[in-house]
Amino acid sequence: MRPLTLSRLVLQCLFLAAILFCVMVLALKFGAIHVSLYGLGRDLLRVFLGQSNDISTEYSLILNLRLPRILLGAFVGASLSIAGTSFQALLRNPLADPYVLGVSSGAAVGAILALLLEPHLALASEIAAIFTPLGGFLGAAVAITAVYFLGRRNGRIDSSTLLLGGVITASLLSALIVLLLTTLPSSNFRGMAYWLMGDLSSVPSRPLAWVLRVGFAVAAIVIYATASDLNLLLSGEKEAMHLGVDVRRIRLVVYLAASALTGLAVSVSGAIGYVGLLIPHLMRMIYGADHRILLPASAFGGAIALVIADILARTVASPSELPVGAITAIAGAPLFIYLLRRRFA
Amino acid sequence: MTAATRSGSSSRIPSEAARAATDLRLSVEQASYAYAPNPHQAPVFTLEATSFQAKAGEVVAVLGPNASGKSTLLQIISGALPPLSGRVLLNGFVTHQLDYRTRGQRIAMVQQESPLLFPSKAWEFVLQGRHPYGKSLRFESDEDVVIAENALSQVGAEHLGARWMDQISGGEKQRVILARALAQQPLLLLLDEPTLHLDIGAQVDLLETLRRLAAENRYTIVVVTHELNLAGEYADQVVLLQKGKCLRVGAPANVYQRDLLEQVFQTQLTVETGASGRPRVNLLPGAQS
Repeated sequence: MRPLTLSRLVLQCLFLAAILFCVMVLALKFGAIHVSLYGLGRDLLRVFLGQSNDISTEYSLILNLRLPRILLGAFVGASLSIAGTSFQALLRNPLADPYVLGVSSGAAVGAILALLLEPHLALASEIAAIFTPLGGFLGAAVAITAVYFLGRRNGRIDSSTLLLGGVITASLLSALIVLLLTTLPSSNFRGMAYWLMGDLSSVPSRPLAWVLRVGFAVAAIVIYATASDLNLLLSGEKEAMHLGVDVRRIRLVVYLAASALTGLAVSVSGAIGYVGLLIPHLMRMIYGADHRILLPASAFGGAIALVIADILARTVASPSELPVGAITAIAGAPLFIYLLRRRFA
Repeated sequence: MTAATRSGSSSRIPSEAARAATDLRLSVEQASYAYAPNPHQAPVFTLEATSFQAKAGEVVAVLGPNASGKSTLLQIISGALPPLSGRVLLNGFVTHQLDYRTRGQRIAMVQQESPLLFPSKAWEFVLQGRHPYGKSLRFESDEDVVIAENALSQVGAEHLGARWMDQISGGEKQRVILARALAQQPLLLLLDEPTLHLDIGAQVDLLETLRRLAAENRYTIVVVTHELNLAGEYADQVVLLQKGKCLRVGAPANVYQRDLLEQVFQTQLTVETGASGRPRVNLLPGAQS
């Protein structure tokens, strides 16, 4: 018997953080403008040392354009993976994921409605920055609530009913997105591909970036604090309750926090699919089902995966760009089918 | 010798039981329950006021046909369901009013089935029993590991520790689940049809283990079962339920009466006294009307 220890947890996280760093450096290198790793390293060091003036234009362009996008990708990947891991534990369904369950589409509808309302409210710019993610969060929360009740039969969650409920919700909400974007004056909105597939091309404004950081930190910490309760919830709500878990409180808190993460991510990147499904699975194969290590591993894994997917999105069809959601769907959908067949075989 | 009272007569507790009250651990007092799918309808299932008491080290078996309210009674005792009226006391505390963590430290429940979403190793599963003792995010201490190892060896399953839960037999799995309950170091151990999917040898084995644990660790054990003979052999008291009504509480020899059992289980049978002095029930197949 060798239970998880803090030192092992920290070590694994450092290892994953190192991989994430390497992937991010590679992501800085690849793109329309070619730069050398040496030059990147030198200029990154200068930025850290506060000598920003010595950086060549080429590299400063890279750092100002590519770096924020890479950081956005890492943030979105981590958020969706944590949300996916949480939904899988709460719903006791390994196929649960914000995109498959329609939670991302709910967040997209919420974000679009918020964008629609915002000009009429004459808000200060700081508050306006919160407005879209807030809409996303509310949309996500409403969607997961609906799916939760659709998936309940005789007082317990039924796996296939839940998935069907999610698919139907997602399809209805996608239709709603199309309807909203088609009938409204489109100048203020990004395209349908953005909301339905997701992409990382638009970097959030500075106040919005702060909302994302703070929101992510709070939601991730809240979810992580319930990690060992989530472990017990895997064996069922009744079992968990008999082992001392306040199931109703944990369920509410984690649903809200996971909806917040989905809402934040979707409001700045659209509905990127399958990251929240694929990554928790991969990490569970490597690290096991203990959420104390699975949650941080999934966060790093999601960040790494989405940064890589974004490199592909920028380079595969260069000079034009694919939406990053197309890449994740191409990778994720076959995996989903594989898991579905294995589960219901 | 017993602190049991018949249903609906808790006001007439024998003085003998009152004197033994210091040793009294579990007291189910007129606990009742009604289940209605929605509050405006008449309840579709009711459990009428049920009372019994149990001391430390005692094994109580709850018997009855399907849908007689056995599992409901167990849920009420565990504190998971608040009773409609009456109360359940464990060492003087009302069980459904204990906070979750305290309840998890005092009451362990072995459920009918423990489906696993993602398989874990048996020792990890047993360590879950230490959850009520920790803060949410703490890591298991060496003490927890020792307790989990002890729990496994108490049920004779130390060799299963490193195995995956989905790769062991039903009987082995039941032992590991029991070990998890022991790792909670409870006062009260509740089991809901633990013998359900076990072969006869494993059933006897499990009941032997429970009997031994009750004596060694001074647990109070309440077990819901369909096995009349196992209950008759190993229980100190039996609680006989039928259609939500508590018919009889007492020592097996007092409850196992031919007429009563025939009426409750709707089949013909005989009751005789076995070599151990315990009642034996023989079914008479073919004699059924």
